[in-house]
Amino acid sequence: MINKTVANVTEACQGIKDGMTFMLGGFGLSGIPENAIAELVRQNVKNVTCISNNAGVDDFGLGLLLQKHQIKKMISSYVGENAEFERQMLSGELEVELIPQGTLAQRCQAAQAGIPAFYTPAGYGTEVAEGKESREFNGKMHILESAFNADFAFVKAWKGDEAGNLIFKGTARNFNPNMCGAAKITVAEVEELVPAGTLDPNQVHIPGIFVQRIFKGEAYEKRIEQRTVRKK
Amino acid sequence: MLTKEQIAQRIAKEVKNGYYVNLGIGIPTLVANFVRDDIEVEFQSENGILGMGPFPVDGEEDPDLINAGKQTITALPGASFFDSATSFGMIRGQHVDLTILGAMEVAQNGDIANWKIPGKMVKGMGGAMDLVASAENIIVAMMHTNRAGESKLLKQCSLPLTGVNCVKKIVTNLAVLEIKEGAFVLLERAPGVSVDDIRNATQGDLIVNGSIPEIEL
Repeated sequence: MINKTVANVTEACQGIKDGMTFMLGGFGLSGIPENAIAELVRQNVKNVTCISNNAGVDDFGLGLLLQKHQIKKMISSYVGENAEFERQMLSGELEVELIPQGTLAQRCQAAQAGIPAFYTPAGYGTEVAEGKESREFNGKMHILESAFNADFAFVKAWKGDEAGNLIFKGTARNFNPNMCGAAKITVAEVEELVPAGTLDPNQVHIPGIFVQRIFKGEAYEKRIEQRTVRKK
Repeated sequence: MLTKEQIAQRIAKEVKNGYYVNLGIGIPTLVANFVRDDIEVEFQSENGILGMGPFPVDGEEDPDLINAGKQTITALPGASFFDSATSFGMIRGQHVDLTILGAMEVAQNGDIANWKIPGKMVKGMGGAMDLVASAENIIVAMMHTNRAGESKLLKQCSLPLTGVNCVKKIVTNLAVLEIKEGAFVLLERAPGVSVDDIRNATQGDLIVNGSIPEIEL
C-alpha cells in the first residue's frame, strides 16, 4: 500500500504558490474543501486562478478568498450568490470566465484522463463558441473545448483510506471526483480517514492513484445555502 | 390567462410514464407538483441526483443533499447519486427524456436566450447551455410578455443566446405553441384569451390553423 496520508492541512498544501491555478470541488456550498480553503486564506496565497463551479457566498467557501483579494481569475458556470464577487467583477479587479457546467465538468474529466480536447454541442452558436473550432458530427454542430491545466486540485470526500481511495456522499460528490487526478497534485480532505483495508474496494468511487495527499479535515461547518423544508 | 401554477400544471401533461425529466429553476420546478400519481417519472437534478424527492420535513435537512437551485431535497427509493461529468453525460448523451426550463426570449427558429442581459450583472449559464444543446425534447415555460409588456416570442432573439434551433414547445400564460418550420404554431389558448390577444402579444410569425381549442388543465 502506498500511503498518501499527511498530518494536517498545512502539510497537504505544501508547494502552493502565488499565481497558481487551483481546482476546487463543490456545488454551491455542498461538498467544498472547507479545510483547504481555510488554509489558502491563512497562507494568503495571491493572484490565483480558481476553477470551481461557483464562487461561494460572501463569508463562506471561496468568498473567504475573495474577501482577501487572493483570486485573480474565476472559471465557473454560475456565480450568483456573492455580493463581493459582483463588486470585484464590475470594478475589473476580478477576471471571470463563465463556461457551461457540463463543459466545466468534462474539462476536468478530460484532464484526469489525458484527453487534451473534446467536442461538445454546448455553447455552439453562442458567445461561448467565439474563437473556438467548430465541427459537424452526425448532422449536429459541436465546438472544441480543451482539458484544464491546473497545479492543485482540492477535493472533499466523505470517507477515505490511507491509500487515497475515496467515497463521496449524496450530492456533495458533484465535481470532486472529476477533479481528482486532473491537476498536478490532488489534495483530498475527508470527514473519516480509515486504515487501508477498511473500505470495501467495491464501494470505492475514486481510486487512490488519482490522489497524492489525503488528510482528515479538522471540522466541517457544512453550511446550507437554501434551507427548504415542507410541512409534516 | 394562466397563473404560473397553471402553466406548470399544463406542462405536467407533457410528462409521460417512464420519463427522466430535468426541471429548471422557477416555473419548471412547480411542474413536479402536478405530475399524475399513476405514472412513474424520475427527476434529475444536474448537480448529481436521479430520483429527486420533495423538500425534507423540518429537522431532516441534509447539507450533502441539495438540488441544482442549492435547496435541500430528499431522495426517493431507487434514487442514485453521481458526479457532474456523469450527470452531463446523461444530458448530452440524450438519456434524459424531457427538459423544462424558463426563458427571457425565444425566437421562431427555436433559438433561446435565458442567461445574460448586457449591462446587468451576469451570473452565468450554469447547466442551461448543455441542456438546450443536447435535449431532444425541450419545453419552455415563461410569461408571453416581459414586465414592460413586450413580446418574448420573437422573430429573432435580441439577447445573447443560450442555444440555437433547440426549443420545440412553449407554454405561456396565454398559449401553448409549437415551433415548426421557422414559425410559432398556435396549438391551444388560455381560457378567456382570444387568438387576436395572442397575435398581439407575439412579435414573431404566428401560424393559426383552424379553430384553436382552450387549454384544458
